[in-house]
Amino acid sequence: MADKARGRWLVLAIPYLWLVALFLVPFLIVFKISLSQDAIAQPPYVPTFDLAAGWDAFKDAFSELSFDNYGYVLSWDNDFIEAYGSSLWIAGVSTVMLLLVGYPIAYAMARAPKSIRPTLLMLVILPFWTSFLIRVYAWIGILSPEGLLNQLLFALGLIDEPLQILATDTAVYIGIVYSYLPFMILPLYSALEKMDETLLEAAADLGCPPFAAFWKITWPLSLPGVFAGCLLCFIPAVGEFVIPDLLGGSDTLMIGKVLWTEFSVNRSWTVSSAVAVLLLMVLVIPIVFYQNVQAREMEKR
Amino acid sequence: MRKGLSWFNVTSIVLGFAFLYLPILLLVIYSFNASRMVTVWAGFSTHWYVQLFQNEQLLDAAWVTLRVAFITASVATVLGTLAAIALTRYGRFYGRTLFSGMVYAPLVMPEVITGLSLLLLFVAVSIDRGFWTITLAHITFTMCFVSVVVQSRLVTFDRSLEEAALDLGCPPFKTFFVITLPIILPAVVSGWMLAFTLSLDDLVIASFTTGPGATTLPMRIYSQVRLGVTPEINAACTILIAIVTVVVIFASILTKRQEIERQKAERLAAAG
Repeated sequence: MADKARGRWLVLAIPYLWLVALFLVPFLIVFKISLSQDAIAQPPYVPTFDLAAGWDAFKDAFSELSFDNYGYVLSWDNDFIEAYGSSLWIAGVSTVMLLLVGYPIAYAMARAPKSIRPTLLMLVILPFWTSFLIRVYAWIGILSPEGLLNQLLFALGLIDEPLQILATDTAVYIGIVYSYLPFMILPLYSALEKMDETLLEAAADLGCPPFAAFWKITWPLSLPGVFAGCLLCFIPAVGEFVIPDLLGGSDTLMIGKVLWTEFSVNRSWTVSSAVAVLLLMVLVIPIVFYQNVQAREMEKR
Repeated sequence: MRKGLSWFNVTSIVLGFAFLYLPILLLVIYSFNASRMVTVWAGFSTHWYVQLFQNEQLLDAAWVTLRVAFITASVATVLGTLAAIALTRYGRFYGRTLFSGMVYAPLVMPEVITGLSLLLLFVAVSIDRGFWTITLAHITFTMCFVSVVVQSRLVTFDRSLEEAALDLGCPPFKTFFVITLPIILPAVVSGWMLAFTLSLDDLVIASFTTGPGATTLPMRIYSQVRLGVTPEINAACTILIAIVTVVVIFASILTKRQEIERQKAERLAAAG
């Protein structure tokens, strides 16, 4: 029995300690550095904890911490607030577009004959296994002024001069919708697939038109999938870095890109840490909202 | 309702899949383009593939990436499977909320935050950044994906099999290897492959956690793409797509065959 307990303890302790050391501790460090000041040193911030100097050094370092970086990030003379705002806006609009594009696909997949459903599912997952960078990169060749989309529109006689799509926000929307589509389809599909189709038949028998039946039955039943899909798309989209950098223009302002620039170009680790902490706080709100919704759902049952 | 798919359903599936696959398909087609201009078709050529295999920087980066991905996938599979067992089998334990929070959080965390926090950790404990710091970072975020995949299998599995083995005096460790592991193996294998491709694919976290001397393929591709599109990159991407496609098809055949064999065994058991 003692053996068993030790085995159990090990199974839990190994991943637990790993995550504490490489997930939790790093966040505490980010938080700590966000309260420090920039310095021309290695590492480029003060105060640093000198573990060897013991408790006094710890106290000294603690007294030097300040919220200056947050004041700097949140002041109006900088672009940070605008970047948070536009990231949330771009991510929000993209999530709505993803829902509009993904829902009909997930719905059709869930209604497809049982025999072909696994194949359809596989086809949705397959692009996810293909490099994200490659898939974003492919759109450069399509959207550029001399790209395939403009060539096609030109050949069809729809345009006289090339449309400027690459390096605009439109390209960022296309890129996000394209790359995140599987993340939207999969939770929607699993919610819609579980649905009891006899409910729709009953509605039809009772004279409910299909569209009304959709709004009154299918849509409410698919809401858990809708929330899960929106959350899975929205949160990573807010911090997106690669898509705005490759497809967006110089005026596309997203916080992930700002964080990267602040870190690698301006080399201000303290400010980028403050940006990261604030971004996390912004993202915690939708998660808490989602959990509340879920808790309410559970109570209803 | 039973008539099958309406025209609307068929249209959304066809358009949706066209949207998902056309860009990739175009990329593959244009990797065989003879012209240097990416957007002008000038006849079939494998020129860019020849060029690619003479580009030592890209080949070096590919070798680094494969090694990182292999170690990452193997360690992350072990850690992720342990985490999945703890979360599905242990009920309530002290610190469970924190543990499950740490397992799920990296799934949605923006990569810039994960990358930055790991970099700051590596600097704080003054580890030289390079191959091993990328690998540690990759293991950390991919083990969470492995854990979710394995958990979904553990939840649906009949626990009485494990309990029977334990009741018959099989030690827990042996029970895991004789009973549990063979049953969850498909999920463990797909967890491994998921971790492998995620690591292969990652640009942001690797860029934060790397140091001099370790450049991964996505980082190399990214810097070349930013300088302008070159057909060589199309060729490199096509090879990557081909590898992933082969792996995925192979894996699906494998699980399908396992499924058929299992059904056969069940039929035999029922007949006998």
